[in-house]
Amino acid sequence: MAVAQSGSAGLELPENVVVSRLDELASWCRKNSLWPMPFATACCGIELMATGAAKHDLARFGAEVFRFSPRQCDLMIVAGRVVMKMLPVLQRIWQQMHEPKWCISMGACASTGGVFDTYAVVQGIDRFIPVDMYVPGCPPRPEQLIQAIIDLQDKIQLEGTLKGREFNTRQRQNQKRALVESPEILSLDASRNPNLQRELSNSATNPN
Amino acid sequence: MTDSTETKEPKAVENPHVVALVELCGALESSTFRGQQRVVVPADKSLDALSLLKSRGFDLLIDVSCVDYLEYRGAKHRYGLVYLLASTAGHQRLTVRVFVDDPEPTVSSVVPLWEAANWLEREVWDLFGIRFTGHPDLRRLVMPEEFTAHPLRKDYPLQGRGERHNFPVITRDRS
Repeated sequence: MAVAQSGSAGLELPENVVVSRLDELASWCRKNSLWPMPFATACCGIELMATGAAKHDLARFGAEVFRFSPRQCDLMIVAGRVVMKMLPVLQRIWQQMHEPKWCISMGACASTGGVFDTYAVVQGIDRFIPVDMYVPGCPPRPEQLIQAIIDLQDKIQLEGTLKGREFNTRQRQNQKRALVESPEILSLDASRNPNLQRELSNSATNPN
Repeated sequence: MTDSTETKEPKAVENPHVVALVELCGALESSTFRGQQRVVVPADKSLDALSLLKSRGFDLLIDVSCVDYLEYRGAKHRYGLVYLLASTAGHQRLTVRVFVDDPEPTVSSVVPLWEAANWLEREVWDLFGIRFTGHPDLRRLVMPEEFTAHPLRKDYPLQGRGERHNFPVITRDRS
């Protein structure tokens, strides 16, 4: 936050007065009251629990309020591998979270698929949902996750306005279809999916 | 196809359950390994043979599984089903193998005999594509319902055929 040490225009301010912008105040409130949504599917979830527990005490950073309802959360922590049967669930939960919202991809599996380079495991959730922060490790230690949350707080401080206009555009609201069944998700029809077409052509030229 | 050191040609065996099976099905291939009896039953007689075994005391179905013997050395058939049976009263175990082949690997369901076979056979159908006739609800168990392949077959690529990338992409603008 911009802190005025003393009034530069000749105005003497007391020591306990801070001058800032309201936008930065809003961002400061947001970043210090992150409510995580634990999407824990594997061993990273154990480290996620340890991060929230007494020894590492995520409450020091204002992010200890784990909520299991996406409606109440603004930080999704995807901890563990996501299989293709789980990905529609992940996308649906992400769509059910309210703006402003952020996503941390915790661990090698959530970020890249890790060692699970098989037909069933999604090779990185950032292919299908937006990710703000990646945490390396297998699984990452709680200190790494805390560092990711601190870095995310820095990122949150740099963006955002008081009224949240940037989270509230018509485009975002129109596309919010959390309660609509997406036929695309349920379909495995190659003809309608450019990703699958690219994958098929790659595997045809480079059989592996 | 089988453990080469243990398998013998059809022969007279002492195990009374195998003797009863031979009376039902004719000559059968069987072997023992460390006291565990194993017997191969023809696919068209599998339901009769397994119901005979149930009537002889094998009241517990431990597992139904499958092995794909594609390009396996010495294999005569493509798929080998495994039925692991146990007799809780007689303290006996028995492994029953049933071999089936492409293009339509089919075998009778044993759900009428053991209710436990319901999900076990659904799993085998899901991962190997063995069709169980008479199964009350032969749907996929572990893979998504819209999945089309049977991924534990040896001719299915490990990394799949692109199914894992076939999802809509949600970006910042349209979440």
